[in-house]
Amino acid sequence: MAVITVERKPLTLLERTYLPQIVGGLATTFKHLIAPKKTLEYPEQRPAIPPGYRGVPTLVRDPNGREKCVSCQLCEFVCPPKAIRITPGEISADQTDRAHVEKAPQAFDIDMLRCIYCGLCQEVCPEEAIFLQNQYSMSGYTRAEMVNHKDKLYELGGTLPDQHYKWDQKKTAQDHGNAH
Amino acid sequence: MIAPPKPDLVTVNIDGREIAVPKGTNVIEAARLVNVDVPHYCYHPKLTIVGNCRMCLIEMGMPAVDPATKAPIIDPVTGKPKINWIPRPQIGCGTNVSPGLHVKTTSPMVKDAREGVMEFLLINHPLDCPICDQAGECKLQEQSTGYGRGYSRFVEQKNVKPKRTQLGPRVTLDDERCILCSRCIRFSKEIAKDDVLGFVDRGSYSTLTCFPGKQLANNYSLNTVDICPVGALTSTDFRFKMRVWFLKQTNSIDTETSVGANTVVWSREGQIYRLTPRRNDDVNDTWMPDSGRELFKAVMAADRLVATTHLDALVAQAAELFKMNASAGAIAVVGSGRSSVEEQFLTKKLAAALKASTQLVSRVGQGDQLLISADRNPNVRGALVTGLISKLPKVGDATPLSRSTKGAVAAPIRTGGLTDLAASIDAGKVKVVVSIGEDLIAAGLTAAQLANVSVVYLGTHANATSAAAKIVFPTLSVFEKNGTFVNQQFRLQKFAKAVPGPQGATDDLIVLAKLTAAASSAPMASDLGSLWTLISAEVPAFAMTSYAQVPETGLLIDATPFAALPFVEGETLHFKPAAAAVALDS
Repeated sequence: MAVITVERKPLTLLERTYLPQIVGGLATTFKHLIAPKKTLEYPEQRPAIPPGYRGVPTLVRDPNGREKCVSCQLCEFVCPPKAIRITPGEISADQTDRAHVEKAPQAFDIDMLRCIYCGLCQEVCPEEAIFLQNQYSMSGYTRAEMVNHKDKLYELGGTLPDQHYKWDQKKTAQDHGNAH
Repeated sequence: MIAPPKPDLVTVNIDGREIAVPKGTNVIEAARLVNVDVPHYCYHPKLTIVGNCRMCLIEMGMPAVDPATKAPIIDPVTGKPKINWIPRPQIGCGTNVSPGLHVKTTSPMVKDAREGVMEFLLINHPLDCPICDQAGECKLQEQSTGYGRGYSRFVEQKNVKPKRTQLGPRVTLDDERCILCSRCIRFSKEIAKDDVLGFVDRGSYSTLTCFPGKQLANNYSLNTVDICPVGALTSTDFRFKMRVWFLKQTNSIDTETSVGANTVVWSREGQIYRLTPRRNDDVNDTWMPDSGRELFKAVMAADRLVATTHLDALVAQAAELFKMNASAGAIAVVGSGRSSVEEQFLTKKLAAALKASTQLVSRVGQGDQLLISADRNPNVRGALVTGLISKLPKVGDATPLSRSTKGAVAAPIRTGGLTDLAASIDAGKVKVVVSIGEDLIAAGLTAAQLANVSVVYLGTHANATSAAAKIVFPTLSVFEKNGTFVNQQFRLQKFAKAVPGPQGATDDLIVLAKLTAAASSAPMASDLGSLWTLISAEVPAFAMTSYAQVPETGLLIDATPFAALPFVEGETLHFKPAAAAVALDS
């Protein structure tokens, strides 16, 4: 291997005194003494979350309060760390308000010790039922506590606006019929 | 059904490739031979051709001939024979090959035709894929990715049709998803011979339904679910249980009868979700009975036997029992027609080491001339071939139902064949009975007779015999082990392990090998590889055979030594009894 000898320039007199560096450092210090604070008193103060932030995955309801997830299990399939477990179930025919959806999760568990917040579940969801929202802090004392069950997921998710009302439209069409 | 192809071959040209195919083959099958996929919905190789889905449209033509001389016309530009292409697309399923036929499956006209058909099929198809059980194995989904538009130009309201209709005890119909291919109708009419399905109304209002007062309740109804190209017909049992893309497929054999229908076990993480047929043109075509699809439920049953004692301790107890009854004839071995060939071979070895008599429990019911044969044991012929028994077990006269056949086959199964053993027990000759998974009380022995002997029971589920047994070895079900069966055609067919067995249950082969080793004080192999070395050396019909060599479609073995035996089976699909069958009351 070729050895390249780099010539080292001798320090100037000013550099040898170290004074410019000390003054420069003090200038930075005094600037921050008077500048507005950058840090937050976490957890009393919380940062503003920018749009598009990928927080804890949650399940959402539509503005009519309908459970949007139909347990198609695509998120379970796509989840890289296999954090999602779904037990699918049938909506019985006697629940007249939502029997036309036919399918809903019996159980929906997301293991937050496994979740890597990649957002693939949100991307793959055909029913727009799972969203990574602003919640970013998860803690617990046991492993079991770190698994978000269906109730917790809906509590975290709340209600989001819906653009399609796909199943409501389907119900309207069914009630209206298509007589010939 | 298509007639078996005649041997004379016809040369056709598919997408520029010449191939010789049997005369009478249609274009879809001919294209399949050159690995060209012609999409189709209504066509099914085992059903008649109706040509109503129009998805398999292809472009075809014949070499032009001079009308006067009948000589082929050569195109002066290319120097090849000139082809007269038909200006409109033709259906591939309804077009049989003819000499010199030219087919294009990738031309712009074909692509246009397929896209047009897809758009019309999707007009009234609901956006149900997220809740539809067919998603993942749906032909409409597959062809949509190839020929779908990606968005809908249809602004009108979609048709509303009945959803969640119970067509029968096991089939649920969603009419909105139906694309009117009529496969299920043809299956019911032609294969199941139970003509209950039909279309009502016209045009886009056409609806699949059962005839008034009828139900799709025959024992083959779930085959309509298998052949439905979309999610219109779904299995009520499997409905919403699991998405198919999670399920692992393992090849297995239906153990219900001696037909040995080839099956696929669909499981996820050690749990079986469904059984479906596997195509074998020599055994079951693409069908299987509904009753066989429920067998996996026994795997998770609450009455599965599991051991609390270590296996070696149990074997030591059994060895002690064998030693105390060492005189010839004091021990009787009840083999099973439900055991695999390897287990029967080891049972024979065990019986020889114990100087014991061997007998088999017979199970005889009513055959249905399709895929349920009269012999409800899957492997009686295996016992004959391996030499476990030399003559067929006697047909029992008692008629206790050996297992619940809820909603499927209601005909009683006559279990028996142990009259000689009963007599020996009564005479006080037999002191120990080793039962390989057979419920002796269901097979005709009385509780008093069982009380007079010590029973060693190898089995999967708790029953009267396991309760009365002195030593119980919990073993594995057919879904939890590897092995082979010999079906009624003397076809050696293998099944594979789909799920692990429960804790505390041991493979039958290991138990039998340990018992044999304890009885004969010589080591005995328990793995399939070494066992098959022994089997092929000792059993003439299996000479030169090994487990690994058995193809997935089975291996026919020499049946001539057993040709004169009066087997109980009547005629079924792809099977004609050689000897005169024992007449069964109907």
